[in-house]
Amino acid sequence: MRVCVVGCGAVGSLFAANLAQLDDVEVWAYDLAYSHVDAINRTGLRLSGAGDVTGHPRATADASELPACDFGIVATKAMHTSAAIAATAHAFADGCVATVQNGLGNEEAIAEHVPRVIRGTTFPAGKIVAPGHVQWDVKGETTFGPFEPKPAPPEEVARLADACTRGGMPANAVADARGPQWRKVIFNASTNPIGALTGLTHGRVCDDPPLRALVSALVDEGKSVASAQGIELDADPEDLIDHAARPDVAYDHKASMLQDVEARRPTEIDYLNGGIVRFGDEHGVPTPHNRAIWSLVRGLERSW
Amino acid sequence: MRVCVVGAGSIGSLFAAHLATVTDVLVLTRRPEHARALNDHGLQVSGRHDFTVRVTAAADARDLPDFDLGILATKANGVDAAASELGGRFPEATLMTVQNGLGAEEIVRTHGEWPLISGVTFMSGTKHTDAHVEYILDTPTWIGPYGDTPFERVEAVARLLVDSGLKAEALPDLRPAQWSKLIFNATVNGVAALTGLPHDAHFAAEGELADLGHLVHELVEEGRRVAAAAGVELHDDPWEMNVLATKRGSAHYPSMLEDVEARRPTEVELINGALVREAARHGVEAPLQTAIYRLVKAREASYS
Repeated sequence: MRVCVVGCGAVGSLFAANLAQLDDVEVWAYDLAYSHVDAINRTGLRLSGAGDVTGHPRATADASELPACDFGIVATKAMHTSAAIAATAHAFADGCVATVQNGLGNEEAIAEHVPRVIRGTTFPAGKIVAPGHVQWDVKGETTFGPFEPKPAPPEEVARLADACTRGGMPANAVADARGPQWRKVIFNASTNPIGALTGLTHGRVCDDPPLRALVSALVDEGKSVASAQGIELDADPEDLIDHAARPDVAYDHKASMLQDVEARRPTEIDYLNGGIVRFGDEHGVPTPHNRAIWSLVRGLERSW
Repeated sequence: MRVCVVGAGSIGSLFAAHLATVTDVLVLTRRPEHARALNDHGLQVSGRHDFTVRVTAAADARDLPDFDLGILATKANGVDAAASELGGRFPEATLMTVQNGLGAEEIVRTHGEWPLISGVTFMSGTKHTDAHVEYILDTPTWIGPYGDTPFERVEAVARLLVDSGLKAEALPDLRPAQWSKLIFNATVNGVAALTGLPHDAHFAAEGELADLGHLVHELVEEGRRVAAAAGVELHDDPWEMNVLATKRGSAHYPSMLEDVEARRPTEVELINGALVREAARHGVEAPLQTAIYRLVKAREASYS
């Protein structure tokens, strides 16, 4: 089978390098960073840290080079989804496209361009340390399920999950993947922007009881919006937030949105809190705190 | 009437310089070199007015002769230290507070039984050196009696301010003006501190869902509900004040924004904290003002 990873940043590289270990999978990597693409084609894609793997996907920054693929795995930042899938859609006319991105709205954007879509949520994380070299910080599970308005067939969802698992990226195929997705979105939307607005690490946000109460207000709104859609969360985001605050887990972690803000890069706020607000509006659930946080981070982006 | 201005930031310097054109003015500074600069060079005003006057400055209250009117023009978080400097002295003086927020009068009261005048000022300036202040906005100062202070004394102070070239008005009840400014400051200063935006057109924009004007509007509405519950009829509509200020052309940098950028303590306790405590005291929900308060407090905590 042939897989194309669309957007080969840190998370995309984890999928591309691991899948490239399999003899029965041909992996392509589409990315616009020429230095990364060149390095992958020259010396391969190297992962180090939580796992040491070097894979040899074929990388390109030119979408017209992509052959027809059985699967796409979209791993761009959420604000680049539409452009990336519009450029590569021709390769997936007969295939299925999965998202492993953060936030809400990626499946909808992908479905505007391709016929079969897979909802996905992934927990592994890393960062690019040099062209062709990604540091693998955290291992974790991925969940795939059909995106209902334009679903991929269940056997195809299972085939993708099986390949990822065999390659070293454990993945489950489920009938409804919204639970893990909303659990992760609520976690991120309730903690990332608080770090971004205050400059505090995850642990220090949780140490400050009034601030932790604000986090809970955001979580509660997210849960109400999920529940109004009939989504059952597979775990309570509150427990994950408290777990991550432990000194041996992620007390000193600076949220990726705080890192974005410090580097003055656009954040994923529109797809996190903005997504919760939009789904809330659709289902008549008020989300005043998420709306306020969305506006504040948008304001912050506009101050640069 | 001999006047002592305590704290010579931009507002204190504007009071001191103007009053020194019509009466004997003392200035009490925190830093000895600041007092020395004023004694050596006088105090220069540029901008809307243009003159230099002599003042008598000291950095120690024990070096000051008696005076009739003391104007406490420190930042809100400097009131306690300033009033404690005056404690046990100047029994004949009437003291006037002009701080942002609420509660300065109560703090002064804990240090002595002086008759008090409440003030709220809308004038603004920029201090270029210890001995030079630029007069930028010549908007008025409103003053009113606090506790048993006779209104005639308030009117006399207002006349003195007007004679000195400043705009001032004596009001029998200052609370409507004080609360209008409180709600305006809690909203605009808090949002500016968190977003890094100066008070510009973003604060009045309500075109898109995530535009900051929606949040500013909601924060003002919460403030209005607190004022109503406290039995205060606002003198001005804080939303209109906001819109008007953003149309002035030159975007103002609220002091709370300057403070967080310089990683200094802000006036958040006496502004946002005061509003949130009033909400609790009167049993009114103010969730978004509470969120802003907690976020700015957390931002201060991130300095260390």
